[in-house]
Parts: sequence; structure tokens; C-alpha cells
Amino acid sequence: MSSTADNLVQIDHVTFGYDSRVILTDVSLQFPRGKVVAIMGSSGCGKTTLLRLIGGVITPQSGQILFDGEPVDPSRQDKLFALRRRLGMLFQFGALFTDLSVFENVAFPLREHTVLPEAMIRDIVLMKLNAVGLRGAASLRIAEVSGGMARRIALARAIALDPELIMYDEPFAGLDPISLGVAANLIRRLNDATGATSLIVSHDVHECFLICDYAYLISSGRIVGHGTPKELQASEDPEVRQFIRGEPDGPVPFHYPAGPIAQDLGISA
Amino acid sequence: MNPVETLAALGARSIRLLGSFGRASIFFAELVRHTPPSLRRFNLAVVQIFAIGNQSLVIIATSGAAVGGVLALQAYYALNRYGAAESVGLLVALSLLRELGPVLTALLFAGRAGTSLTAEIGLMKAGEQLAAMEMMAIDPRVRVLAPRFVAGIVSMPLLGAIFSAVGIAGAYVIAVTLIGIDSAAFWSQMQDGVDVFKDIGNGMVKTVVFGIATTFIALYMGFESTATPEGVSQATTRTVVISSVAVLILDFLLTSLMFSTP
Amino acid sequence: MGKKQIETLVGLFVLLGALAVVFLSLKAANLASFTLDATYPLRARFDNVGGLKIRAPVKSAGVTVGRIESISFDDKTFQGVVSLQIDRRFRFPTDTSAKVLTSGLLGDQYIGLEPGGDEKNLKDGDTIKMTQSAIVIENLIGQLLYNKAAESGKDKEAK
Repeated sequence: MSSTADNLVQIDHVTFGYDSRVILTDVSLQFPRGKVVAIMGSSGCGKTTLLRLIGGVITPQSGQILFDGEPVDPSRQDKLFALRRRLGMLFQFGALFTDLSVFENVAFPLREHTVLPEAMIRDIVLMKLNAVGLRGAASLRIAEVSGGMARRIALARAIALDPELIMYDEPFAGLDPISLGVAANLIRRLNDATGATSLIVSHDVHECFLICDYAYLISSGRIVGHGTPKELQASEDPEVRQFIRGEPDGPVPFHYPAGPIAQDLGISA
Repeated sequence: MNPVETLAALGARSIRLLGSFGRASIFFAELVRHTPPSLRRFNLAVVQIFAIGNQSLVIIATSGAAVGGVLALQAYYALNRYGAAESVGLLVALSLLRELGPVLTALLFAGRAGTSLTAEIGLMKAGEQLAAMEMMAIDPRVRVLAPRFVAGIVSMPLLGAIFSAVGIAGAYVIAVTLIGIDSAAFWSQMQDGVDVFKDIGNGMVKTVVFGIATTFIALYMGFESTATPEGVSQATTRTVVISSVAVLILDFLLTSLMFSTP
Repeated sequence: MGKKQIETLVGLFVLLGALAVVFLSLKAANLASFTLDATYPLRARFDNVGGLKIRAPVKSAGVTVGRIESISFDDKTFQGVVSLQIDRRFRFPTDTSAKVLTSGLLGDQYIGLEPGGDEKNLKDGDTIKMTQSAIVIENLIGQLLYNKAAESGKDKEAK
């Protein structure tokens, strides 16, 4: 385990839920600087909630989240503001601003947070778009770009201010094989080139294992396994095995709870 | 369902209704609170004024002319029986300035601009655009919601004035050009009976109040909509219905305040 | 659409709205006539102000020469006190009389000024001495009934 000083983000014994349901129970994760860490699990297990906790959108009922050694406190507006300027988030389907052009989308954080001259903003935007391979698409409207392109533009926007932490919410969902390869490649290269720390929330085991240094597996709000891709693939834990290998039945059952089929069909056993 | 269950269901419904009133009030307070900082970036509001003000001009102007013309016609039929046909201008002007101008403009505004605001905000929320802005340390209430609120409050009085002015012009065309009422009598009767502060001023106050109400309702419905096609469609319907009822109730309250004889 | 274009069109929209308000104020209402001219105050006392309202016109020879500013009650003389604002251009002699008149048969009430013959004119703040109160319909009807009763009484006596 890396020490606290090595971790850009640390989640300590966090429990979070709404009145009716508990989403995360006593989870602890560490995200060392400069590494790519994956958070995996089936839908609804609480992965996106973790991202929102780190970003200070929601507050845990117990436990704390540390960013660069300091606790994330949503009640302190100014500190939250400073924290969010240091992170970039890639939303699941891009979350691009539909009323702005591609160029304007990437320029948005620069215009809002800096007072750089127009010429400099233009250079930076074009460089970011170039890094994701879309410099030629700068003048397009958002309605004109495909899904894969939208994610790349959103990535360019997320890195516009050169953040220390980049969070990816399901970056691989719904992409064709080529786009998948491009996305995975970009995530790893960006991370290494800029020295940032990357956090990927995904359920795509194959792509994640190709590029991540460490991974956590979450099921029903608890961490059921963690380690390097090699360690996880060799794990004997039944929940981990079912997820990694994609087995249809195991600790997560195939059948939705029901009575015996003979009863439903009216046949005596 | 037995009586106890019905009562319990009713109680639960009332509590939920109170909850929505509470949420709506908090939303309104937040909207007002974030308006001053967004005024510093007035160009955002200007873009919104174009979207909801300028784009509503055509429907407001045509409706105004039509309503003014129809009013003149009906007023003439009624007044002619008492030999008071020359008061058509006065009747049309008072009706438009005091009531029909502000109310009809507000209803049309809710239908055209209100629904577009609701749909836009709803889709932005569904597409996580507002959450993305928050994560980028930009307050969506200052950048997205408040400018639209300001635009609505600015646009409504302008549209209301244009509606009434075009309405009176339309009435002039019908009454003087078509029916043949004396032009001088048309204007002098009107000028004698219309008071700048009481009639035009109060009408303007009404448009501002209606602007605040309809824009707030449109933004709130969009913000609270569920992120599905049905959700957004329901939200736009609710905007029109609730805005219309609110405008009519506010009109009643304002009229009783403003036009009661001292 | 370019930023400049949008700003220009919005400016046009605001201008249109402002023009509409100006048109309404000048053409539809009475802004042009009275609120800008300089006026001087006069007072008049009535036993009954009838249905006079604030901002009702003050006319002389049928021409509007001023407006009623306020109406109050004097509990020493138990009379209604009406404050008038008259256009500075028109001065009236000190023996001018003020009457409460009705426009048409059942219309709004206004004050009519009938000039006297005095050489001196009313100064700012002066009180008009001769006034005739409003005609109250109920009193008229009462009078009519009384007269009718008196007549039929006389007829009975004569028989």
C-alpha cells in the first residue's frame, strides 16, 4: 500500500447513502500520483458516487476524502473551487455544451478561469484538440459530431487547464473497437505525458486491464477485491472471478428471485 | 380503500405538495440570489434576450394586431347601440393596457419562450451539462439560470408594450379605416380617458410581475424534470399549465390592488 | 450568428419596446398635455365635493386649465377642501367661482371655473371664495317628492 503522501486522492472508510438506501459501506481506496487506477463493478454499485464524492458534489455520512492531503469539504466554497480547478472530469456521454461549437467547448474552462488573451486561448485549444486528434473538427457544431468524437472533445475540454487528476466516467461504454482502442490509448498516453493521475470508472475489464496500474472491484457498495490486473486475474475469490471472467452465474445470480417454476406452470412436482 | 388509508394517502400527498412548494421557493430564492453576480456578465443575458425576446416578436405582434382588431369590432357592435361608437378607441385602449395586453402577452410568452426554456434546461440537465459545469468550478446557476431569468424579466415588459401598441394600431385600422369612425374622435376620446400612470404604468408593472413568474416557473420545471423524453415533454406541458394559472391568479390580485376605486 | 449581430438585434428589440411605450404614453394617454407644464396651486372649499376624484380636470369655458391635486376634509368648518393645480399661463380674477359639474348626464365630475370681473388675480395658494357644491341626486329626488307632496296637499285643501 502506498503511503498517504504518495496518494493524490485517498478515500478513508467512507459510508454514503440516501434516506432509503445505503450506496457505499466503509470503502477505502487510494490513488497514487501519476498512476492509472480503475474502479470496476456492475451498474448501480456506487462507482459514479465515488467520483461525485471526490468532486465534492456530495458529502459522506462517515469517513473522509483527502485530496493532496487536505480533506474535501463541500461546505467551504472557496476550497471546493480551488480543488475543482485542479481536476478534470470526462462525463459518460461527453456532456458537451450543445449551444457552443467544438472550439468554444474546449475553450470554455480557459475563458471562465483564466484571463489569457484570445490568441493564446486559440493556441491552447488547438493543441488540446490536436492531442486527441480532432484539431480539424474545431469549427463543427456539437450536433454534427459522432459519439466517439464527442468523448474525445470532452476529453480535450477536461484537460484544457492541465489538471492533476483526470476522472473518467465509463469512457469505454458504447464505443466501436477502433474508438475503444483510441480511447484507451489516449488515456494512458495523456497520463504518462502530463504526469497526471487518472481514475477510470468502468465495467470494461479488458480495456481497463490493458492500461491501468491498479484496480478496485466494487459490488453492492463494498470493495470485494483490489490489486494489479495480474493479481486480480489470478484471484480465487468467487465474486472477483465471476466479474473478471464474465461468468453468467455465480455470487451474482442469473435468476431474479422467484418461486419454483413448477408452481408457476401449474405442474405438480 | 378504507377511510383511514384514504386519509393517510391524502396526508402523504399534502406533505409532498408542501415539499414541492418548499423546493420551488428555495429555487426561486437561489435564482434571485445569483442574479446580481450574473448581471456583471450581462452579455450572457443579452444572448438570452435574443433567444426569448426577439424570437417572440412575431407571435406577439401578430396576436396584438389581431386582438386589437377584434376588440375594435366587438366594441363597435356593442357601443353603437347606445350611440357611443366614438368611444371604441377608449374601450380598446383601456382593455388592452390594463388587462389583455399584459395577460395575453404573458400567456403567449409562457407558451413560446417558457416551453423552450423548460426544454433547454431539462435537456441540459439530462445531458449532464450542468453537472459538468459544476465540476469545472463554474456555478451553473450564475452562468445558465440567472441570465435566462434576467432575460425573461427584461423581455416581458417590452413585449407587453409592443402588444398593446400594435393592438391599438390594429384597432385604429378596423375602427377608422374600415368602419369609418372619425379619426380625431378615436384618439381624443382615448387620450381623455387613459391615464399614463394608472393605466400604462400599472400595465407595465403587471408585465414585470408576469415575467418574473413565467420565467421562474419555466426554469424550475426544466430543472426538476426527469431525464427522459417523456420527462421533458411532461415538464413543458406543466410549464404552460402552471404559468397560465399563475398569470391569471396574479392578474386578479394585481387588478384588485391597482384598480380598486379609492 | 455572430456576437455583434445578436447584440445589435437585441438593441433593436429594446428600442422597439421603448418606442411602443412612448407611443402609448403620447398617443393613447395624456402625458403630452399636462404633467410637464408649470402650475400654481389654488384652493376651493365645497359643502359637498360630490364624486370629484384626484386628477379630475379643472375646466373654464370647457377648456382644461388644470387638475385636482388632492381632496381633504376640514373638521373645523366641516367642508371639503380641494387643492387645484392650475396652468401658470392662465390667471383668474379673485371673484372667480368654482362649480362641481358633471360631464354629460352621468359622466365623471369635474370643476368648472367661471371668472368674475375683478381686476386683481388669484395668487399662488389663494382660496376661491365662491363655490357651488355638487348636485346630489338623492337630494333632488327628496325635493321632488316633497314638492309633489306639498302640491297634492294644497289640492286637497282646495277641494
